[in-house]
Amino acid sequence: MKNININFNFMKWHKKAVYLSSLLIFISLISIFTKGLNYGVDFNGGTLIEISFENNAPIDDIRKYLKDNSYEKSSVQYFGSGTDILIRMPNIISSAEATLSNTLLAELNREFSFSLKRVEYVGAQVGEELRDQGILAALIALALIMVYIALRFEYRFSIGAILALLHDILLIIGIFSITQIEFNLSVFAAILAVIGYSLNDTIVVFDRIRENFKSAIAENINTESLTNQSINQTLSRTLITSLTTLLVLISLIIFGGEILFGFAFALITGVIIGTYSSIYIASSTLLMMNISVKDVVIEVNEDSP
Amino acid sequence: MKILSIKNIIAASILAFSIIYSLPTFFSDVPDWLTSINAKKMNLGLDLKGGVHFLMEVDLDEVTSSKSKKLSSDLRSQLRKEKLRYRNFNYQSKSISIEFFDAVNYKKAEELINNTYQNTFEISRNNDNQMMLSISEKTLNELRIAAIKQNTTTLRNRVNELGVAEPIVQQSGKTRIVVELPGIKDTTRAKEIIGATATLEFKMLDEDSDPYAAEDLNENSFNSKLYYYEETPVLLKRNIMLTGENIVDASSGFDQNNRPKVDITLDNPGAKRFSEVTDENIGKQMAVIFVESKAEQRVIDGESKRISKKYEKIISIATIQERLSKSFQITGLDSSDEARKLALYLRAGSMAAPMYIVEERTVGPSLGADNIEKGKISVIIGLILVLVFMLYYYRVFGLFANSALIINILIIVSIMSLIPGATLTLPGIAGIVLTVGMAVDANVLIFERIKEEVRNGSTPLASIELGYKKAFSTILDANITTLIASIILFIFGTGPIKGFAVTLSIGIISSMFTAIILTRILADTVYENNTNLKVTKLNI
Repeated sequence: MKNININFNFMKWHKKAVYLSSLLIFISLISIFTKGLNYGVDFNGGTLIEISFENNAPIDDIRKYLKDNSYEKSSVQYFGSGTDILIRMPNIISSAEATLSNTLLAELNREFSFSLKRVEYVGAQVGEELRDQGILAALIALALIMVYIALRFEYRFSIGAILALLHDILLIIGIFSITQIEFNLSVFAAILAVIGYSLNDTIVVFDRIRENFKSAIAENINTESLTNQSINQTLSRTLITSLTTLLVLISLIIFGGEILFGFAFALITGVIIGTYSSIYIASSTLLMMNISVKDVVIEVNEDSP
Repeated sequence: MKILSIKNIIAASILAFSIIYSLPTFFSDVPDWLTSINAKKMNLGLDLKGGVHFLMEVDLDEVTSSKSKKLSSDLRSQLRKEKLRYRNFNYQSKSISIEFFDAVNYKKAEELINNTYQNTFEISRNNDNQMMLSISEKTLNELRIAAIKQNTTTLRNRVNELGVAEPIVQQSGKTRIVVELPGIKDTTRAKEIIGATATLEFKMLDEDSDPYAAEDLNENSFNSKLYYYEETPVLLKRNIMLTGENIVDASSGFDQNNRPKVDITLDNPGAKRFSEVTDENIGKQMAVIFVESKAEQRVIDGESKRISKKYEKIISIATIQERLSKSFQITGLDSSDEARKLALYLRAGSMAAPMYIVEERTVGPSLGADNIEKGKISVIIGLILVLVFMLYYYRVFGLFANSALIINILIIVSIMSLIPGATLTLPGIAGIVLTVGMAVDANVLIFERIKEEVRNGSTPLASIELGYKKAFSTILDANITTLIASIILFIFGTGPIKGFAVTLSIGIISSMFTAIILTRILADTVYENNTNLKVTKLNI
């Protein structure tokens, strides 16, 4: 069987990669702060109703009906196909907030013939909590991972890994902000999964760097070429794993339906960005922090007496 | 290497276990012996089987403030009963200040309070005669815990009346209750029944005062409060004779004049007290009041807040003809529907605190079936793509990895069906799909390492040995960090997200077993036991 056995000078470009990533992060941040995210009801609160018609959905009639019956603030759009539509309503301040969907559905039932697919109602307070909890969860996960890597490797490795993760998260959120694809709870779950995935990649590379540093203790080989060698040695694995993961994700985005679209999309972008970041960002950080063979070997000696 | 080593036996048992326990999920017709060893289908989440999920917020502030109000009025009447004299009795949200006539009265009152309300109040002395009472945090906490427990029980009783199969009603966090009703279609009725807080109160009419005078003054007196019954003003005494809390059973029907009625049965303490007061008041008028709390949202200081508002409606006023006791009936309801609902609420028990829905997720049955179908297809196609790729790229070793992958899925399914409360959701299926993609990673790491060793000139058997050995620490580190992320997701996630975290975590752990141990056994069996053939080349 053929082997992927290239010796590519990745680290030659590590500075250029840092510039590119900085630029992309900058663009993401601008979009996040100006355009913001298209939060779904999960995080923003509100009511969402999906209904399905036998034939093409009479979307214009429904828009008109909603406008004429004091539901001006609601928005209507097709969902997945021409037979399904999605109605979104912001939270209104009244006691009837939670029963708004029932009232509207009862009214629409008199005018149109359709079947109900789903209703999601999230109160304003719950939406805010979900958002806060999400941010907290991501921060705790990052902190614990950082501690774990610092214990298993060395503190500079954990800084490299965390920077790579932050890079991935910011770029994914940036892409969601630029494309305005709905950001909901499952997209958030996907981002945490990307944290796990991208970290996987980073650790595989780090592990190899550590191993090569250890065996290079006697020789005076420069750090950059050792790092480069490590990346090349793990490259075939990195590419194959990314490929198998992408294969299933493509299956998920094509066959998983509209509800899982955002989830699968976040993971696909995450896998691609994560593969890039574990090669460039994580390792570049190590080089920039002047990690040397000595650092790792002393660490290991302390670890295993 | 022996076929019957401990490692092989353990691996074979895990294999057998995962096959047996995942059978019911894949096939609907299973022999009885499977049921007898507790092998059952995986639980499906609401997004897959259809149904409605509600998150209810319990208004605990309302409980503590109304309970402290009640404590304060109890205390006041007790002081009066014991003839302890005070100049001033002032109740203000959760604290009471009493100015006693003198230090003697203070001392006696302090004794009384310490005896009858053990640890309920925290007492401090402002000066000789002034006592400050505040309700202790411990008491308030007990109140809150009891209230949410009672609401959960009552909700469960009400949900049972809805006739839904396998409903879930459980507390979530300190102030919330989750209600899940699989397969329900009429969410309007469900909301009405779980959200209502209706109960009954019985009060005597204040026949000594003039209700019209009170209406003109638009002022409630110390002892009574103004109500309207069929548009005429009536004064009711403040003292509540009986509340819905004492009702143990209620059923609706029609009386001899074909008017809707509710038959009520009281518990023993309620019956005793009710027979005493009705005996004392024969010939006097008693009102039955329908009380309902509704949450309203108001904007206060730019922030939207919920306020519980109490709606009271007199449903009947009747002269007490005789001493009433354990069972009696009430009439005066608007319709048989109202009678039926009131009976249901009374039967299910009262709510200790008003509640409102803060989250709803309803999935129609067609969407649920649709989601299952889509989940299945994406798992199967994703799996086939990976299997084909691995076989093409790694040949015999690809076969090892593929066996490990399939067994990994069986293990996830069998463990999911065994953990009580674990449910498979659509994001959970996504978790399985992701595990499929990532589980092969461990094998890719090992196989690439073996290839490297072969290139470096190691013998085939030594390459296998070194490949597994060197890849192990990498696999461990990579999986532990991913596990950290998915456990955090499990702790902080809600509903479907938890489902994702569960399948991902199980998948990570079981993939370590299948990808490292199982494939090693397979590789050893094929290459090491092959003593007839001299292994000179690995088919990788």
